[in-house]
Amino acid sequence: MAIEDDVLVIGGGLAGATAALAAAEQDVQVRLITHKQSTLRHASGLIDVLGYTPEGDGPLVDPFDALADLPDGHPYERVGAEAVREALSFFDDVAGEAYAGAHTDANALVPTHGGTVKPTARYPASTAAGLASDDRDALLVGFETLPDFEAPLAGAHLEAAGVPFSARGVTLSFPGIVRDDAKVTRYAHLLDQNESVSTGAGETGAREALAAAVEAHLEDESRVGFPAILGDDHAAEVRADLADALGVDVFEVPMGPPSLPGLRLEDLLYEALEDAGVRVTSGVPVVEYETGADGDRIDHVVVDRTGSKLPHRADQYVLATGGLVGKGVRSERERVYEPLFDCHVPHAADRYDWFVDDVFGDQPYARFGLRVDRELRPLTADDEPEFSNLRAAGAVLSGYDFAAEKSGGGVSLATGYVAGTRAGEEGGE
Amino acid sequence: MTTHTDVLVLGGGSTGCGIARDLAMRGLEVTLVERGNLTEGTTGRMHGLLHSGGRYAVSDQASAIECIEENEILREIAGHCVEATGGLFVQRPEDSDAYFQEKLEGCRECNIPARVLSGREAREIEPYLADDVKRAIEVPDAAVDPFRLCVANAVDAETHGARIETHAEVVDLLRDGDDIYGVKVRHESGPGKRNHTVAGTIEEITADYVVNATGAWAGQIGDMADLEIAVRPSKGVMTIMNVRQVDTVINRCRPKGDADIIVPHETTAILGTTDEEVSDPDDYPEAQWEVDQMIDTLSELVPILSEARTIRSFWGVRPLYEPPGTGTTDPTDITRDFFLLDHAERDGVSGMSSIVGGKLTTYRAMAEEIADHVCDKLGVRASCATADEPLPGSETIETLEAGMDDFGLRSPVARRSKQRLGSRASEVLETDAANPVICQCEGVTRAEIQDAISQSGTDLNAVRIRTRASMGNCQGGFCCQNMANELHPEYDEETVRAALDELFQERWKGERHALWGEQLSQAMLNYALHATTMNRDRDPASESSDLEYDAFDSGQQTPQRRADGGN
Repeated sequence: MAIEDDVLVIGGGLAGATAALAAAEQDVQVRLITHKQSTLRHASGLIDVLGYTPEGDGPLVDPFDALADLPDGHPYERVGAEAVREALSFFDDVAGEAYAGAHTDANALVPTHGGTVKPTARYPASTAAGLASDDRDALLVGFETLPDFEAPLAGAHLEAAGVPFSARGVTLSFPGIVRDDAKVTRYAHLLDQNESVSTGAGETGAREALAAAVEAHLEDESRVGFPAILGDDHAAEVRADLADALGVDVFEVPMGPPSLPGLRLEDLLYEALEDAGVRVTSGVPVVEYETGADGDRIDHVVVDRTGSKLPHRADQYVLATGGLVGKGVRSERERVYEPLFDCHVPHAADRYDWFVDDVFGDQPYARFGLRVDRELRPLTADDEPEFSNLRAAGAVLSGYDFAAEKSGGGVSLATGYVAGTRAGEEGGE
Repeated sequence: MTTHTDVLVLGGGSTGCGIARDLAMRGLEVTLVERGNLTEGTTGRMHGLLHSGGRYAVSDQASAIECIEENEILREIAGHCVEATGGLFVQRPEDSDAYFQEKLEGCRECNIPARVLSGREAREIEPYLADDVKRAIEVPDAAVDPFRLCVANAVDAETHGARIETHAEVVDLLRDGDDIYGVKVRHESGPGKRNHTVAGTIEEITADYVVNATGAWAGQIGDMADLEIAVRPSKGVMTIMNVRQVDTVINRCRPKGDADIIVPHETTAILGTTDEEVSDPDDYPEAQWEVDQMIDTLSELVPILSEARTIRSFWGVRPLYEPPGTGTTDPTDITRDFFLLDHAERDGVSGMSSIVGGKLTTYRAMAEEIADHVCDKLGVRASCATADEPLPGSETIETLEAGMDDFGLRSPVARRSKQRLGSRASEVLETDAANPVICQCEGVTRAEIQDAISQSGTDLNAVRIRTRASMGNCQGGFCCQNMANELHPEYDEETVRAALDELFQERWKGERHALWGEQLSQAMLNYALHATTMNRDRDPASESSDLEYDAFDSGQQTPQRRADGGN
């Protein structure tokens, strides 16, 4: 006996959630199993498709133009350009008004918290008014207790990057923040709840107090950028209130971990999973698996729930456990491996060949992962599918350097979408 | 540009800074020039052991006696740089009983307090010692922060009027016949504090006396004036673990051997080391087997090391020297003693002496001897005060600890700040401005970073060695950017960007030797953060061609869009 589903997705990041949602479109019973916190909390919340070619050309205006020239084995080459478009369109439907960028094939250049710009294909609505190709002048607001975003420096950096507008930065004290080491979620909560805070003008709501603090510094800019802390559950409302009070557009600059736009994207995906009837089992690791009699198919996997071993059986499996960061790919001094099914991970035998000396050089370790066929089935060293009913999606794949290419989100969407769709089709047969 | 000074010291390691402090306290006008950062040569590349002398108690008792004497002095004058961890010489079943006995007797002959512990007693002190450890000798080894110690010497020298120039490379010795009268240096930027975007200059510095304290590089300085100084640089690897598996210095009790010491250091433990002669102290192989050997061999003493997370490895070069004709082949057998080479006596060239050999624990005694020598040369009558005068940060530690509040900092951050800053804590941390934590791994706040920047300018590696910011688990992935942010607005954006790039690349250099397991995952996360989220690898601001912003998505023209300006 085992807990039975048609499709079992292992891994709860962008690729896993997309795979589960795509599979659920096929009218099959889908389960998503996650272990640790997903890496979305590390991610900026932007959905990059392709910002630079593997050779480093770019930033690319049109990522779709470049898809045809990608080398063999690149995840986009595996699934094909049309699947990339379908996956993006699928994401657009899931995200709805929370994301923008679907109106054009062109990449957007989004200001980073370091102050340069990066190419991306979809961006949270909270970032939409901040695009660098929008020529309106911007005021950037940083806070003295948030050292990750030094607004005057970011403004100067944007100008050094040649943006077609003036970017001025100011550093303020955040009304209602009393600790120097408050977490970003504390700022967001303060604004979400519009907590009452003390200012020179007496007690007011946090949003009003923040707007008043900014207004004193606003000159003729028609948009104001903040670090990405403007609310969590009520982010749109917080932004609208600030915009109304200031009479200008308000946007967020994506930040590093812990990233509120990443966490909001995670919330959005898990609401969609619930709506789609996907069963989500979180906080449990998959610890072992059994194959069927012929060894060709995975029969079931076993999860560890506080010491108890629970079998889960499905017809089709999707592995979306992430790369080195998400621990879907692990390493020891002598080897790099995929820990659940021990799928083949190509790598040099000598670990001093896993890197190059320039920190931003062409890093072999950044490409560690599974080779797959066009069905996204992981391949053995002899180019045979490891299992006939296992597909892989997202950062667990090899053949691309998402950080250099700016292609992480897009690859997770495209491969998650294809792996999930195929698994759903076969799982329903 | 030419300037003159009484004494010119070459080299900003512990020896050079110690000499500069000593001479400045004696009232001489001193200039010190250093090619890179303070500590960048050998001082910043050691395991951080403050020797009790136990290590030399059998093979080199003169050094052992000097070690225990200086160990006791440094605990007094540099308390904020020393952590009194204690040390154990640990015997495994296969290690010789006779040597154990010799070690114990040697310690006693050298006045090193030593006590024998049974295996069980040793494991009560250090629970992760291997089950089959037979017994141990307890000695007063300690951990010392070589960065903090060296910088404190430099700062105190400056307080006594010395001029300290970092990033000032000696490009020539000025020699007139048989007299050396100064040097020509190339300032990378400046002179003065480092500023990445200020153009460099050449300066001639003349001096009544020159001290060559460049250690492993002393031969290269000598070559500039046709003086043969046969230093025998010997490299050793050190591997840093992400936590302290031990709180006591653990030595293997056997005659000699690689990979025989673990030194707890701040939040980490450092494994050491090897001993292999190299021909060029700036260019030698850093090999995988050396790192593997540290982990594999030291796991015999502390088995959990084999599974533990390594955060980086680094190599240092010992400035070993032996008088011509000694002919020792194995570098392990070369004496750790130091030598003062008076080139007037040795080579008939006046105006300069070189100091070679020696070790960090005895830096002060070496400096004293050289300062005596220099004073003798210049006819100055002044006595040494460095054994009695505490270094900045180590004045009145006890009263300070008792009376000081925590500056509004959370307790672990406050405690660690106070450990690093010692008696300077209130001066540095008392601020009305917001004081957020900049480096989470090491608990370093803005005020401490700003204090370091005020000393060292845009050189973030100099900020790093002063504060430990970026030296924890994330190896700067999360905090390099924030450290660089602190340079603004005093320094402009372009300068900040160059400073950040330099620090980030330096951090990567050591991480490369720890790239497996958790640390490879960390490296990928750091790479993703800097390349994906910040696009620092392809920053248009650093590219030569202009971006066509018009061609990219400029957003949807929605009715909500406000173009009416503020207010």
